[in-house]
Amino acid sequence: MHPALSVIVFTTATGAGYGLLIWSGLLSAFSATPAERVVALVTLATALLLVTLGLMSSTLHLGRPERAWRALSQWRTSWLSREGLAAIATYVPATLLGLAWIVSPEPGLAAVLLGVVTACCAVVTIYCTAMIYASLKTVHQWRNQYVVPNYFALGLYCGALLFAALLHLLGHGEPLVDGVAAVAGLVALGGKLAYWRFISTTRHESTPESATGLGGIGKVRLFEAPHTEENYLMREMGFTIARRHADKLRKLVVLALFGAPIVLMLISLLLGGLPAGVAVLIAVLSAGAGVMVERWLFFAEAKHTVMLYYGARTA
Amino acid sequence: MTCLPEAVPGQKKLGLVIDLDTCVGCHACAVNCKEWNASGHSGPLTDYQNTSDGVWFNRVHTFEAGEGETSRTVNFPRSCLHCEEPACVTVCPTGASYKRAEDGIVLVNADTCIGCKLCSWACPYGAREFDEDDGVMKKCTLCVDKIYNDNLPEADRVPACVATCPSHARHFGDLGDPNSDVSILVAERGGYGLMPELGYKPVNRYLPPRPRRNGAPAPLAAASSSCGSDEAISLLDLAMKKPDGKGSAFLRWADRVLSR
Repeated sequence: MHPALSVIVFTTATGAGYGLLIWSGLLSAFSATPAERVVALVTLATALLLVTLGLMSSTLHLGRPERAWRALSQWRTSWLSREGLAAIATYVPATLLGLAWIVSPEPGLAAVLLGVVTACCAVVTIYCTAMIYASLKTVHQWRNQYVVPNYFALGLYCGALLFAALLHLLGHGEPLVDGVAAVAGLVALGGKLAYWRFISTTRHESTPESATGLGGIGKVRLFEAPHTEENYLMREMGFTIARRHADKLRKLVVLALFGAPIVLMLISLLLGGLPAGVAVLIAVLSAGAGVMVERWLFFAEAKHTVMLYYGARTA
Repeated sequence: MTCLPEAVPGQKKLGLVIDLDTCVGCHACAVNCKEWNASGHSGPLTDYQNTSDGVWFNRVHTFEAGEGETSRTVNFPRSCLHCEEPACVTVCPTGASYKRAEDGIVLVNADTCIGCKLCSWACPYGAREFDEDDGVMKKCTLCVDKIYNDNLPEADRVPACVATCPSHARHFGDLGDPNSDVSILVAERGGYGLMPELGYKPVNRYLPPRPRRNGAPAPLAAASSSCGSDEAISLLDLAMKKPDGKGSAFLRWADRVLSR
Protein backbone atom coordinates (compact mmCIF):
# COMPACT_ATOMS: atom_id res chain seq x y z
CA MET A 1 0.00 0.00 0.00
CA HIS A 2 1.16 3.52 -0.81
CA PRO A 3 2.61 5.20 2.30
CA ALA A 4 1.05 8.66 2.01
CA LEU A 5 2.79 11.22 4.23
CA SER A 6 -0.52 12.77 5.29
CA VAL A 7 -1.78 9.43 6.61
CA ILE A 8 1.53 8.62 8.32
CA VAL A 9 1.45 11.98 10.12
CA PHE A 10 -2.25 11.48 10.92
CA THR A 11 -1.83 8.06 12.55
CA THR A 12 1.44 8.80 14.37
CA ALA A 13 0.50 12.27 15.66
CA THR A 14 -2.97 11.25 16.81
CA GLY A 15 -1.57 8.01 18.27
CA ALA A 16 0.97 9.91 20.38
CA GLY A 17 -1.60 12.63 21.15
CA TYR A 18 -4.27 10.23 22.40
CA GLY A 19 -1.60 8.25 24.27
CA LEU A 20 -0.52 11.44 26.05
CA LEU A 21 -4.17 12.30 26.65
CA ILE A 22 -4.68 8.94 28.37
CA TRP A 23 -1.73 9.54 30.72
CA SER A 24 -2.80 13.15 31.31
CA GLY A 25 -6.38 12.09 32.03
CA LEU A 26 -5.18 9.47 34.50
CA LEU A 27 -2.98 12.07 36.21
CA SER A 28 -5.98 14.37 36.66
CA ALA A 29 -8.12 11.49 37.86
CA PHE A 30 -5.73 10.12 40.44
CA SER A 31 -3.64 13.08 41.50
CA ALA A 32 -5.76 16.23 41.26
CA THR A 33 -3.64 18.34 43.61
CA PRO A 34 -2.64 22.00 43.13
CA ALA A 35 0.97 20.85 42.56
CA GLU A 36 -0.11 19.04 39.39
CA ARG A 37 -2.08 21.93 37.92
CA VAL A 38 0.57 23.15 35.48
CA VAL A 39 1.57 19.64 34.46
CA ALA A 40 -2.06 18.65 33.84
CA LEU A 41 -2.71 21.73 31.71
CA VAL A 42 0.51 21.51 29.70
CA THR A 43 0.13 17.79 28.94
CA LEU A 44 -3.52 18.29 28.04
CA ALA A 45 -2.74 21.19 25.71
CA THR A 46 0.15 19.33 24.05
CA ALA A 47 -2.00 16.25 23.54
CA LEU A 48 -4.82 18.25 21.95
CA LEU A 49 -2.33 20.10 19.75
CA LEU A 50 -0.88 16.83 18.47
CA VAL A 51 -4.32 15.34 17.92
CA THR A 52 -5.49 18.43 16.06
CA LEU A 53 -2.40 18.48 13.83
CA GLY A 54 -2.91 14.79 13.07
CA LEU A 55 -6.58 15.22 12.20
CA MET A 56 -5.83 18.20 10.00
CA SER A 57 -3.16 16.18 8.23
CA SER A 58 -5.68 13.40 7.56
CA THR A 59 -7.85 15.80 5.56
CA LEU A 60 -4.90 16.45 3.22
CA HIS A 61 -5.33 12.86 2.04
CA LEU A 62 -8.84 13.63 0.80
CA GLY A 63 -9.67 14.41 -2.80
CA ARG A 64 -12.35 16.80 -1.52
CA PRO A 65 -11.20 18.12 1.90
CA GLU A 66 -14.01 20.70 1.96
CA ARG A 67 -16.51 17.86 2.28
CA ALA A 68 -14.69 16.25 5.24
CA TRP A 69 -17.64 16.93 7.56
CA ARG A 70 -19.67 14.36 5.64
CA ALA A 71 -17.39 11.64 7.02
CA LEU A 72 -19.17 11.85 10.39
CA SER A 73 -22.45 10.41 9.15
CA GLN A 74 -21.90 6.67 8.63
CA TRP A 75 -20.85 5.56 12.10
CA ARG A 76 -23.14 2.54 11.88
CA THR A 77 -20.89 0.72 9.42
CA SER A 78 -17.69 2.70 8.84
CA TRP A 79 -14.68 2.66 11.19
CA LEU A 80 -13.41 5.82 9.52
CA SER A 81 -16.65 7.57 10.39
CA ARG A 82 -16.51 6.22 13.95
CA GLU A 83 -12.93 7.44 14.26
CA GLY A 84 -13.97 10.93 13.22
CA LEU A 85 -16.83 11.02 15.71
CA ALA A 86 -14.75 9.60 18.55
CA ALA A 87 -11.99 12.11 17.80
CA ILE A 88 -14.40 15.04 17.96
CA ALA A 89 -16.21 13.65 21.02
CA THR A 90 -12.89 13.42 22.86
CA TYR A 91 -12.45 17.19 22.60
CA VAL A 92 -15.48 17.71 24.88
CA PRO A 93 -14.29 16.06 28.13
CA ALA A 94 -10.68 17.09 27.39
CA THR A 95 -11.66 20.74 27.01
CA LEU A 96 -13.89 20.61 30.11
CA LEU A 97 -11.01 19.03 32.04
CA GLY A 98 -8.76 21.88 30.97
CA LEU A 99 -11.41 24.41 32.03
CA ALA A 100 -11.78 22.68 35.40
CA TRP A 101 -8.04 23.04 36.01
CA ILE A 102 -8.08 26.68 34.86
CA VAL A 103 -11.02 27.58 37.10
CA SER A 104 -9.80 25.79 40.19
CA PRO A 105 -6.36 24.70 41.40
CA GLU A 106 -8.08 21.80 43.10
CA PRO A 107 -10.90 20.60 40.82
CA GLY A 108 -11.51 17.47 42.91
CA LEU A 109 -14.32 15.24 41.69
CA ALA A 110 -14.63 17.16 38.39
CA ALA A 111 -11.02 16.28 37.54
CA VAL A 112 -11.54 12.67 38.56
CA LEU A 113 -14.64 12.24 36.37
CA LEU A 114 -13.42 14.26 33.41
CA GLY A 115 -9.98 12.67 33.60
CA VAL A 116 -11.43 9.17 33.42
CA VAL A 117 -13.87 10.11 30.62
CA THR A 118 -11.10 11.81 28.62
CA ALA A 119 -8.86 8.76 28.94
CA CYS A 120 -11.72 6.45 27.91
CA CYS A 121 -12.55 8.59 24.87
CA ALA A 122 -8.90 8.53 23.84
CA VAL A 123 -8.83 4.73 24.16
CA VAL A 124 -11.94 4.45 21.97
CA THR A 125 -10.45 6.78 19.34
CA ILE A 126 -7.18 4.83 19.12
CA TYR A 127 -9.24 1.65 18.75
CA CYS A 128 -11.28 3.16 15.89
CA THR A 129 -8.12 4.34 14.11
CA ALA A 130 -6.61 0.87 14.32
CA MET A 131 -9.84 -0.74 13.14
CA ILE A 132 -9.85 1.34 9.93
CA TYR A 133 -6.90 -0.87 8.94
CA ALA A 134 -7.65 -4.02 10.92
CA SER A 135 -11.11 -4.32 9.32
CA LEU A 136 -9.85 -4.56 5.73
CA LYS A 137 -9.97 -8.19 4.61
CA THR A 138 -8.07 -7.24 1.46
CA VAL A 139 -4.80 -6.60 3.29
CA HIS A 140 -3.39 -9.55 5.23
CA GLN A 141 -0.72 -7.41 6.93
CA TRP A 142 -3.45 -5.22 8.43
CA ARG A 143 -6.25 -7.61 9.20
CA ASN A 144 -4.70 -9.61 12.01
CA GLN A 145 -4.73 -9.77 15.77
CA TYR A 146 -1.52 -7.75 16.12
CA VAL A 147 -2.62 -4.47 14.58
CA VAL A 148 -4.97 -3.15 17.29
CA PRO A 149 -2.64 -4.04 20.21
CA ASN A 150 0.24 -2.44 18.29
CA TYR A 151 -1.67 0.80 17.81
CA PHE A 152 -2.46 0.89 21.54
CA ALA A 153 1.07 -0.05 22.60
CA LEU A 154 2.69 2.54 20.33
CA GLY A 155 0.19 5.25 21.28
CA LEU A 156 0.69 4.67 25.00
CA TYR A 157 4.46 4.39 24.60
CA CYS A 158 4.84 7.60 22.55
CA GLY A 159 2.41 9.33 24.93
CA ALA A 160 4.45 8.16 27.95
CA LEU A 161 7.68 9.46 26.40
CA LEU A 162 6.07 12.84 25.77
CA PHE A 163 4.62 12.87 29.26
CA ALA A 164 8.04 12.15 30.78
CA ALA A 165 9.69 14.81 28.61
CA LEU A 166 7.11 17.46 29.54
CA LEU A 167 7.56 16.64 33.24
CA HIS A 168 11.32 17.14 32.88
CA LEU A 169 10.80 20.39 30.96
CA LEU A 170 8.58 21.68 33.76
CA GLY A 171 11.16 20.67 36.35
CA HIS A 172 8.90 17.94 37.74
CA GLY A 173 11.02 14.99 36.48
CA GLU A 174 9.44 11.86 37.88
CA PRO A 175 11.43 8.57 37.92
CA LEU A 176 8.20 6.57 38.03
CA VAL A 177 7.03 8.09 34.72
CA ASP A 178 10.44 7.54 33.11
CA GLY A 179 10.25 3.93 34.24
CA VAL A 180 6.70 3.51 32.91
CA ALA A 181 7.80 4.89 29.53
CA ALA A 182 10.69 2.42 29.38
CA VAL A 183 8.41 -0.50 30.24
CA ALA A 184 5.80 0.66 27.69
CA GLY A 185 8.61 0.75 25.13
CA LEU A 186 9.60 -2.83 25.88
CA VAL A 187 5.97 -3.98 25.57
CA ALA A 188 5.52 -2.11 22.27
CA LEU A 189 8.79 -3.58 20.96
CA GLY A 190 7.57 -7.07 21.81
CA GLY A 191 4.30 -6.41 19.97
CA LYS A 192 6.07 -5.05 16.90
CA LEU A 193 8.49 -8.00 16.72
CA ALA A 194 5.58 -10.43 16.99
CA TYR A 195 3.77 -8.54 14.19
CA TRP A 196 6.81 -8.68 11.92
CA ARG A 197 7.24 -12.39 12.54
CA PHE A 198 3.56 -12.91 11.74
CA ILE A 199 3.64 -11.04 8.42
CA SER A 200 6.85 -12.69 7.29
CA THR A 201 5.60 -16.22 8.00
CA THR A 202 1.98 -16.02 6.80
CA ARG A 203 0.21 -15.06 3.59
CA HIS A 204 -3.22 -13.91 2.51
CA GLU A 205 -5.53 -16.83 1.82
CA SER A 206 -6.32 -15.49 -1.65
CA THR A 207 -4.07 -16.44 -4.56
CA PRO A 208 -3.93 -15.69 -8.31
CA GLU A 209 -5.80 -18.98 -8.67
CA SER A 210 -8.72 -17.93 -6.45
CA ALA A 211 -8.64 -14.39 -7.85
CA THR A 212 -9.16 -15.65 -11.40
CA GLY A 213 -10.92 -18.93 -10.64
CA LEU A 214 -8.55 -20.61 -13.12
CA GLY A 215 -6.77 -22.71 -10.50
CA GLY A 216 -8.48 -25.83 -11.83
CA ILE A 217 -6.32 -25.64 -14.97
CA GLY A 218 -3.11 -25.13 -13.04
CA LYS A 219 -0.89 -22.45 -11.61
CA VAL A 220 -1.97 -19.01 -12.82
CA ARG A 221 0.46 -16.32 -13.96
CA LEU A 222 -0.03 -12.95 -15.61
CA PHE A 223 0.70 -13.12 -19.34
CA GLU A 224 -0.23 -9.60 -20.31
CA ALA A 225 -1.26 -6.65 -18.16
CA PRO A 226 -4.30 -4.60 -19.24
CA HIS A 227 -2.22 -1.45 -19.67
CA THR A 228 1.39 -0.49 -20.21
CA GLU A 229 1.58 2.35 -17.68
CA GLU A 230 0.84 2.37 -13.98
CA ASN A 231 -2.76 3.17 -13.09
CA TYR A 232 -4.32 4.33 -9.82
CA LEU A 233 -4.62 0.76 -8.54
CA MET A 234 -0.95 0.02 -9.07
CA ARG A 235 0.20 3.29 -7.51
CA GLU A 236 -2.11 3.10 -4.50
CA MET A 237 -2.23 -0.65 -3.88
CA GLY A 238 0.89 -1.86 -5.64
CA PHE A 239 3.54 -0.06 -3.62
CA THR A 240 6.20 -2.62 -2.82
CA ILE A 241 9.40 -2.36 -0.91
CA ALA A 242 12.42 -4.57 -1.49
CA ARG A 243 12.89 -7.08 1.28
CA ARG A 244 16.43 -5.94 2.02
CA HIS A 245 15.26 -2.34 2.43
CA ALA A 246 12.49 -3.50 4.71
CA ASP A 247 15.02 -5.38 6.83
CA LYS A 248 17.20 -2.28 7.12
CA LEU A 249 14.26 -0.06 7.99
CA ARG A 250 13.02 -2.55 10.59
CA LYS A 251 16.45 -2.38 12.24
CA LEU A 252 16.23 1.41 12.14
CA VAL A 253 12.82 1.25 13.84
CA VAL A 254 14.13 -1.08 16.53
CA LEU A 255 17.00 1.31 17.15
CA ALA A 256 15.34 4.73 16.86
CA LEU A 257 11.85 3.97 18.16
CA PHE A 258 12.70 1.44 20.85
CA GLY A 259 16.39 0.83 21.61
CA ALA A 260 17.71 4.38 21.94
CA PRO A 261 14.70 5.86 23.80
CA ILE A 262 14.49 2.96 26.26
CA VAL A 263 18.20 3.20 27.06
CA LEU A 264 17.91 6.98 27.37
CA MET A 265 14.98 6.65 29.77
CA LEU A 266 17.03 4.28 31.92
CA ILE A 267 19.95 6.73 31.81
CA SER A 268 17.64 9.54 32.92
CA LEU A 269 16.50 7.35 35.82
CA LEU A 270 20.12 7.00 36.94
CA LEU A 271 21.20 10.60 36.38
CA GLY A 272 18.34 12.83 37.46
CA GLY A 273 18.36 16.61 37.16
CA LEU A 274 19.26 18.45 33.94
CA PRO A 275 21.13 15.56 32.23
CA ALA A 276 18.05 13.42 32.73
CA GLY A 277 15.92 16.08 31.03
CA VAL A 278 18.29 16.22 28.05
CA ALA A 279 18.29 12.42 27.77
CA VAL A 280 14.48 12.30 27.75
CA LEU A 281 14.24 15.03 25.11
CA ILE A 282 16.64 13.13 22.85
CA ALA A 283 14.54 10.02 23.50
CA VAL A 284 11.39 11.83 22.29
CA LEU A 285 13.08 13.10 19.11
CA SER A 286 14.49 9.66 18.32
CA ALA A 287 11.15 7.96 18.93
CA GLY A 288 9.37 10.58 16.82
CA ALA A 289 11.58 9.79 13.84
CA GLY A 290 11.36 6.07 14.57
CA VAL A 291 7.57 5.96 14.73
CA MET A 292 7.34 7.70 11.34
CA VAL A 293 9.52 4.99 9.82
CA GLU A 294 7.49 2.32 11.63
CA ARG A 295 4.24 3.67 10.15
CA TRP A 296 5.81 4.04 6.71
CA LEU A 297 6.70 0.34 6.88
CA PHE A 298 3.19 -0.50 8.10
CA PHE A 299 1.94 0.77 4.73
CA ALA A 300 4.89 -0.20 2.52
CA GLU A 301 4.85 -3.82 3.70
CA ALA A 302 1.08 -4.16 3.30
CA LYS A 303 0.03 -6.05 0.19
CA HIS A 304 -3.40 -5.76 -1.41
CA THR A 305 -5.26 -8.62 -3.11
CA VAL A 306 -5.83 -6.55 -6.27
CA MET A 307 -2.15 -7.02 -7.11
CA LEU A 308 -2.88 -10.72 -7.60
CA TYR A 309 -4.40 -9.55 -10.90
CA TYR A 310 -1.19 -7.71 -11.73
CA GLY A 311 1.29 -10.53 -11.36
CA ALA A 312 1.77 -10.81 -7.59
CA ARG A 313 2.08 -14.47 -6.49
CA THR A 314 0.92 -13.74 -2.95
CA ALA A 315 -0.83 -11.01 -1.03
CA MET B 1 -26.47 5.30 3.45
CA THR B 2 -23.74 2.72 3.76
CA CYS B 3 -25.87 0.16 5.56
CA LEU B 4 -26.64 -2.52 3.01
CA PRO B 5 -30.22 -3.05 1.88
CA GLU B 6 -31.84 -5.97 3.63
CA ALA B 7 -31.53 -9.17 1.61
CA VAL B 8 -34.91 -10.50 0.51
CA PRO B 9 -35.62 -13.77 -1.31
CA GLY B 10 -35.99 -13.29 -5.06
CA GLN B 11 -34.08 -10.02 -4.86
CA LYS B 12 -33.17 -8.59 -8.24
CA LYS B 13 -29.41 -8.86 -8.75
CA LEU B 14 -28.36 -7.25 -11.99
CA GLY B 15 -24.93 -8.31 -13.11
CA LEU B 16 -22.67 -9.58 -15.84
CA VAL B 17 -21.72 -13.06 -16.93
CA ILE B 18 -18.34 -13.13 -18.65
CA ASP B 19 -17.39 -16.07 -20.84
CA LEU B 20 -13.66 -16.73 -20.50
CA ASP B 21 -13.95 -19.33 -23.25
CA THR B 22 -14.98 -16.94 -25.99
CA CYS B 23 -13.36 -13.69 -24.84
CA VAL B 24 -10.75 -12.82 -27.44
CA GLY B 25 -9.10 -10.09 -25.39
CA CYS B 26 -9.81 -7.32 -27.90
CA HIS B 27 -10.45 -4.67 -25.19
CA ALA B 28 -13.55 -3.47 -27.08
CA CYS B 29 -15.57 -3.74 -23.84
CA ALA B 30 -13.06 -1.53 -22.04
CA VAL B 31 -13.05 1.02 -24.84
CA ASN B 32 -16.80 1.21 -25.27
CA CYS B 33 -17.20 1.39 -21.49
CA LYS B 34 -14.87 4.38 -21.43
CA GLU B 35 -16.70 5.91 -24.38
CA TRP B 36 -20.11 5.68 -22.74
CA ASN B 37 -19.12 6.55 -19.21
CA ALA B 38 -16.90 9.50 -20.08
CA SER B 39 -20.08 11.39 -20.91
CA GLY B 40 -22.69 9.71 -18.72
CA HIS B 41 -23.46 9.31 -15.01
CA SER B 42 -19.76 9.37 -14.01
CA GLY B 43 -18.38 11.64 -16.70
CA PRO B 44 -16.05 13.19 -17.44
CA LEU B 45 -13.38 10.60 -16.66
CA THR B 46 -9.74 11.56 -16.25
CA ASP B 47 -7.79 10.60 -19.29
CA TYR B 48 -4.43 10.77 -20.96
CA GLN B 49 -2.61 13.99 -20.22
CA ASN B 50 1.11 13.70 -19.70
CA THR B 51 1.17 10.00 -19.00
CA SER B 52 -1.00 7.17 -20.28
CA ASP B 53 -3.18 7.30 -17.23
CA GLY B 54 -6.85 7.57 -16.58
CA VAL B 55 -9.96 6.11 -15.02
CA TRP B 56 -11.31 2.96 -16.64
CA PHE B 57 -14.07 0.76 -15.24
CA ASN B 58 -13.05 -2.23 -17.28
CA ARG B 59 -9.59 -3.73 -17.58
CA VAL B 60 -8.72 -6.77 -19.68
CA HIS B 61 -5.93 -8.93 -18.28
CA THR B 62 -4.49 -12.03 -19.92
CA PHE B 63 -3.42 -14.96 -17.78
CA GLU B 64 -1.71 -18.24 -18.43
CA ALA B 65 -2.88 -21.19 -16.39
CA GLY B 66 -1.23 -24.59 -16.13
CA GLU B 67 1.91 -25.94 -17.75
CA GLY B 68 2.72 -27.48 -21.13
CA GLU B 69 0.05 -28.83 -23.42
CA THR B 70 -2.71 -28.61 -20.88
CA SER B 71 -2.02 -24.93 -20.22
CA ARG B 72 -4.42 -22.24 -21.36
CA THR B 73 -4.09 -18.60 -22.18
CA VAL B 74 -7.18 -16.85 -20.88
CA ASN B 75 -8.31 -13.30 -21.52
CA PHE B 76 -9.81 -11.98 -18.35
CA PRO B 77 -11.95 -8.82 -18.27
CA ARG B 78 -12.11 -7.34 -14.77
CA SER B 79 -14.76 -4.87 -13.58
CA CYS B 80 -17.03 -4.25 -10.59
CA LEU B 81 -18.78 -7.46 -9.52
CA HIS B 82 -21.63 -5.61 -7.74
CA CYS B 83 -21.18 -7.78 -4.65
CA GLU B 84 -24.13 -8.73 -2.49
CA GLU B 85 -22.14 -7.73 0.58
CA PRO B 86 -19.73 -5.10 -0.69
CA ALA B 87 -17.16 -3.90 1.86
CA CYS B 88 -16.50 -0.88 -0.36
CA VAL B 89 -19.98 0.36 0.62
CA THR B 90 -19.87 -0.34 4.35
CA VAL B 91 -16.44 1.29 4.87
CA CYS B 92 -17.58 4.52 3.21
CA PRO B 93 -17.68 7.22 5.92
CA THR B 94 -19.97 9.58 4.00
CA GLY B 95 -22.72 7.44 2.52
CA ALA B 96 -21.57 8.39 -0.97
CA SER B 97 -21.12 4.69 -1.76
CA TYR B 98 -24.34 2.76 -1.77
CA LYS B 99 -25.98 -0.40 -3.00
CA ARG B 100 -29.37 0.02 -4.62
CA ALA B 101 -32.11 -2.04 -3.04
CA GLU B 102 -34.09 -2.30 -6.27
CA ASP B 103 -31.47 -3.96 -8.47
CA GLY B 104 -28.29 -4.40 -6.44
CA ILE B 105 -26.17 -1.98 -8.46
CA VAL B 106 -23.31 -0.47 -6.42
CA LEU B 107 -22.87 3.24 -7.12
CA VAL B 108 -20.94 6.28 -5.89
CA ASN B 109 -22.56 9.66 -5.42
CA ALA B 110 -19.91 12.00 -6.84
CA ASP B 111 -21.56 14.98 -5.12
CA THR B 112 -20.92 13.66 -1.59
CA CYS B 113 -17.78 11.55 -2.03
CA ILE B 114 -14.85 13.07 -0.11
CA GLY B 115 -12.21 11.08 -1.99
CA CYS B 116 -10.77 9.28 1.07
CA LYS B 117 -10.02 6.24 -1.11
CA LEU B 118 -10.90 3.80 1.68
CA CYS B 119 -13.44 2.04 -0.57
CA SER B 120 -10.70 1.26 -3.08
CA TRP B 121 -8.65 -0.24 -0.25
CA ALA B 122 -11.63 -2.36 0.80
CA CYS B 123 -12.40 -3.75 -2.68
CA PRO B 124 -10.34 -6.90 -3.31
CA TYR B 125 -11.07 -6.80 -7.04
CA GLY B 126 -9.72 -3.37 -7.90
CA ALA B 127 -13.09 -2.20 -9.19
CA ARG B 128 -12.72 1.39 -8.02
CA GLU B 129 -10.45 3.98 -9.52
CA PHE B 130 -9.81 7.44 -8.15
CA ASP B 131 -10.45 10.38 -10.46
CA GLU B 132 -7.57 12.78 -9.76
CA ASP B 133 -9.31 15.64 -11.60
CA ASP B 134 -12.63 15.36 -9.75
CA GLY B 135 -11.11 14.26 -6.43
CA VAL B 136 -13.74 11.53 -6.10
CA MET B 137 -13.91 7.78 -6.52
CA LYS B 138 -15.46 6.29 -9.65
CA LYS B 139 -16.56 2.84 -10.64
CA CYS B 140 -18.64 0.72 -13.00
CA THR B 141 -22.29 1.77 -12.85
CA LEU B 142 -23.48 -1.23 -14.88
CA CYS B 143 -24.41 1.59 -17.28
CA VAL B 144 -27.30 2.57 -15.02
CA ASP B 145 -27.90 5.53 -17.36
CA LYS B 146 -28.23 3.18 -20.34
CA ILE B 147 -30.04 0.08 -19.14
CA TYR B 148 -33.06 2.09 -17.94
CA ASN B 149 -32.92 4.71 -20.69
CA ASP B 150 -36.34 5.02 -22.35
CA ASN B 151 -34.84 7.07 -25.16
CA LEU B 152 -33.00 4.02 -26.42
CA PRO B 153 -34.52 1.12 -28.33
CA GLU B 154 -35.11 -1.75 -25.95
CA ALA B 155 -32.42 -3.91 -27.55
CA ASP B 156 -29.82 -1.25 -26.72
CA ARG B 157 -30.67 -1.13 -23.02
CA VAL B 158 -27.69 -3.25 -21.99
CA PRO B 159 -24.34 -2.13 -20.57
CA ALA B 160 -21.95 -0.69 -23.16
CA CYS B 161 -19.43 -3.50 -22.63
CA VAL B 162 -22.10 -6.12 -23.40
CA ALA B 163 -23.44 -4.26 -26.41
CA THR B 164 -20.04 -4.01 -28.05
CA CYS B 165 -18.52 -7.42 -27.37
CA PRO B 166 -17.79 -8.92 -30.81
CA SER B 167 -17.40 -12.48 -29.51
CA HIS B 168 -20.57 -12.47 -27.42
CA ALA B 169 -18.52 -13.17 -24.31
CA ARG B 170 -20.47 -10.77 -22.10
CA HIS B 171 -24.02 -11.29 -20.94
CA PHE B 172 -26.22 -9.06 -18.82
CA GLY B 173 -29.26 -9.93 -16.75
CA ASP B 174 -30.84 -10.67 -13.40
CA LEU B 175 -28.73 -13.21 -11.54
CA GLY B 176 -31.22 -13.19 -8.68
CA ASP B 177 -33.82 -14.88 -10.88
CA PRO B 178 -32.93 -18.57 -11.29
CA ASN B 179 -34.92 -18.71 -14.54
CA SER B 180 -33.24 -15.80 -16.28
CA ASP B 181 -31.10 -16.46 -19.36
CA VAL B 182 -27.93 -15.51 -17.50
CA SER B 183 -28.74 -17.75 -14.51
CA ILE B 184 -29.41 -20.68 -16.83
CA LEU B 185 -26.14 -19.98 -18.66
CA VAL B 186 -24.25 -19.91 -15.36
CA ALA B 187 -25.85 -23.17 -14.26
CA GLU B 188 -25.07 -24.89 -17.59
CA ARG B 189 -21.48 -23.76 -17.82
CA GLY B 190 -20.50 -23.91 -14.15
CA GLY B 191 -20.10 -20.16 -13.73
CA TYR B 192 -18.24 -19.03 -10.64
CA GLY B 193 -17.54 -15.93 -8.56
CA LEU B 194 -14.08 -14.51 -7.84
CA MET B 195 -12.31 -14.87 -4.49
CA PRO B 196 -15.33 -16.47 -2.78
CA GLU B 197 -13.16 -16.98 0.33
CA LEU B 198 -13.47 -13.29 1.17
CA GLY B 199 -17.23 -13.56 1.58
CA TYR B 200 -18.33 -10.49 -0.38
CA LYS B 201 -20.63 -12.62 -2.54
CA PRO B 202 -19.90 -11.12 -5.94
CA VAL B 203 -22.92 -11.14 -8.27
CA ASN B 204 -21.01 -11.24 -11.57
CA ARG B 205 -20.12 -14.71 -12.77
CA TYR B 206 -17.27 -15.99 -14.92
CA LEU B 207 -17.75 -18.96 -17.24
CA PRO B 208 -14.63 -21.18 -17.28
CA PRO B 209 -12.85 -22.03 -20.55
CA ARG B 210 -14.41 -25.17 -22.09
CA PRO B 211 -12.25 -28.31 -22.10
CA ARG B 212 -10.10 -28.52 -25.21
CA ARG B 213 -11.67 -30.54 -28.00
CA ASN B 214 -8.53 -32.01 -29.57
CA GLY B 215 -6.28 -32.40 -26.58
CA ALA B 216 -8.85 -33.59 -24.13
CA PRO B 217 -7.70 -37.15 -23.36
CA ALA B 218 -5.00 -36.78 -20.77
CA PRO B 219 -3.05 -40.00 -21.58
CA LEU B 220 -2.72 -38.91 -25.20
CA ALA B 221 -1.46 -35.54 -24.17
CA ALA B 222 1.17 -37.26 -22.04
CA ALA B 223 2.12 -39.68 -24.84
CA SER B 224 2.61 -36.95 -27.42
CA SER B 225 4.76 -34.84 -25.16
CA SER B 226 7.70 -35.31 -27.54
CA CYS B 227 5.95 -32.96 -29.97
CA GLY B 228 6.66 -29.30 -29.41
CA SER B 229 4.02 -27.94 -27.13
CA ASP B 230 3.18 -25.19 -29.61
CA GLU B 231 2.52 -27.76 -32.38
CA ALA B 232 -1.09 -28.69 -32.87
CA ILE B 233 -1.92 -32.36 -32.59
CA SER B 234 -3.01 -33.46 -36.04
CA LEU B 235 -5.51 -36.15 -36.79
CA LEU B 236 -2.66 -38.12 -38.32
CA ASP B 237 -0.91 -38.15 -35.00
CA LEU B 238 -4.05 -39.58 -33.54
CA ALA B 239 -4.24 -42.24 -36.23
CA MET B 240 -0.62 -43.31 -35.96
CA LYS B 241 -0.82 -43.63 -32.21
CA LYS B 242 -4.01 -45.64 -32.20
CA PRO B 243 -2.84 -49.07 -31.03
CA ASP B 244 -5.20 -51.21 -33.16
CA GLY B 245 -4.80 -49.11 -36.31
CA LYS B 246 -8.56 -49.31 -37.05
CA GLY B 247 -9.93 -46.34 -38.91
CA SER B 248 -6.47 -45.05 -39.64
CA ALA B 249 -7.07 -44.86 -43.41
CA PHE B 250 -10.09 -42.61 -42.84
CA LEU B 251 -8.14 -40.46 -40.44
CA ARG B 252 -5.19 -40.18 -42.86
CA TRP B 253 -7.61 -39.01 -45.55
CA ALA B 254 -9.30 -36.61 -43.16
CA ASP B 255 -5.96 -35.27 -42.10
CA ARG B 256 -4.94 -34.65 -45.73
CA VAL B 257 -8.20 -32.87 -46.48
CA LEU B 258 -8.12 -30.73 -43.38
CA SER B 259 -4.47 -29.86 -43.84
CA ARG B 260 -5.00 -28.31 -47.30
